[in-house]
Amino acid sequence: MTTLVESLVGAVKLLFTFDSELVSITLLSLYVSLLGVFFAGLLAVPFAVLLGTKKFRGKKLVVNLINTFMGLPPVIVGLFLFLLFSRQGALGGTGLLFTPEIMALAQFIIAFPIITGVTLSAYEGVEKDVIDLIVSLGTNPRQRTWLTLFEMRYGILTALMAGLGRAFSEVGAVIIVGGNIRHQTRLLTTAIVLETSRGEFETAIALGLILLSLAFIINYALTVVREGGRE
Amino acid sequence: MNSRTLILAALITLFSACLTGSQSPPPADSIVLATTTSTYDSGLLDYLLPAFTEQTGIEVRVISVGTGQALELGRRGDADVLLVHSPADEKRFVTDGFGVARHCVMYNDFVILGPSPDPAGISNTTAAEALSFIAKSDSTFISRGDDSGTHKKELLLWTNAGVEDKGVGYIESGTGMGLTLLTAGEKQAYTLSDRATFVSMKDRLDLAILVSGDTLLLNPYAAIAVNPVKNPGVNSRGAEAFVQWITGADAQRLIGEYRKKGERLFTPLQGRCLEDSD
Repeated sequence: MTTLVESLVGAVKLLFTFDSELVSITLLSLYVSLLGVFFAGLLAVPFAVLLGTKKFRGKKLVVNLINTFMGLPPVIVGLFLFLLFSRQGALGGTGLLFTPEIMALAQFIIAFPIITGVTLSAYEGVEKDVIDLIVSLGTNPRQRTWLTLFEMRYGILTALMAGLGRAFSEVGAVIIVGGNIRHQTRLLTTAIVLETSRGEFETAIALGLILLSLAFIINYALTVVREGGRE
Repeated sequence: MNSRTLILAALITLFSACLTGSQSPPPADSIVLATTTSTYDSGLLDYLLPAFTEQTGIEVRVISVGTGQALELGRRGDADVLLVHSPADEKRFVTDGFGVARHCVMYNDFVILGPSPDPAGISNTTAAEALSFIAKSDSTFISRGDDSGTHKKELLLWTNAGVEDKGVGYIESGTGMGLTLLTAGEKQAYTLSDRATFVSMKDRLDLAILVSGDTLLLNPYAAIAVNPVKNPGVNSRGAEAFVQWITGADAQRLIGEYRKKGERLFTPLQGRCLEDSD
């Protein structure tokens, strides 16, 4: 019987061996999440701003849908993509199943509504008098958009962070579409599932510590960016 | 302002490092092997597969799931070859035209585990007696409940024991073997496990082998190449090479030599099938 403390000590020891497999799993996790969230941000931020600016019928419905999809269960995303990209599925010919790229796609789908939702509330959070001021400066619509975007830059950053955080720690979707193949589609989270089921708790905790540390580093870096901007 | 630029630069560098660092070169030839958690979690495949890749140049991408899901991956053509343990389903898989042929590879055995005080008194009974004692005493029994080979075997054992009412203690974990064992250990419950997974985890489990050796508890594994007639996209050349190799002399010797914690986990079948010897 191993206690939590023993497992923790074992995990820390393991971390300092800089095992090459641990390193490549970590790099792959970063690659998949950054790829997925990069494209999610690229599309979600303009989409949210557009949604915020434009008035149209059914806008409430769209906003509600986005808010609902912010809580989309990852495992459903995984199952949906699996059926779509399985050789029997509509996009089976792409051969994307069990690759890092389809895991990035899953994370894209999971992060997209989150980034859209948070960016949208950031847009709504830009104070009305700031917008009035921007308008009163005699700006053209294009300049207005850029100035508004500049005003909400920290909100956008928070949105991207929220998306990245969710994508990075997600396991339900990537284990289905990626298959948790060693050296190819094994991420920090899927490796934790495997090591736990093997009873290798030290390794599982070591992987969890890496996951937490990376989340901390990314968050910390962004806090510095924000504070730098406030000076 | 300076620190901002620095951090942005660091993030960009990190991203590009991940792009290059994580991408292993695409393999020239590879197959997808759908197999059960028992062969993978016991470490057998990590030990066995490098030899295959070295001899044939074919890389094996292992998807480790329950037998039910592995067969489904085969039916859909998402796997090229299967290594599974549910003889009745395997035969149906081949008759239905999804698999080329069933090749017996090796076997291990199932064991019935429980807390060493053994409240239901099943120690040294047959599998059928053990299950009926567990049901009658309403002891907690944890079923995989996940359509895996182990789950199918368990259901077969209940049917064979003629138990209609499994008792109020019967629960389904819906997880793989490892997690089911951990759950059984924590709840001090009875469960059915393949010996390999139990041996590899026994240091962490407060459970003892109470019933073993019953011929009903034997657990044969077979390799099946997915039929390219039903699924033209599969790498059938690679799959056939794998089936040839794992039933061949080299792999059979390696399987017999594999030890975990000093115990031999799998017995090679050397071209025979368990059913032949019955």
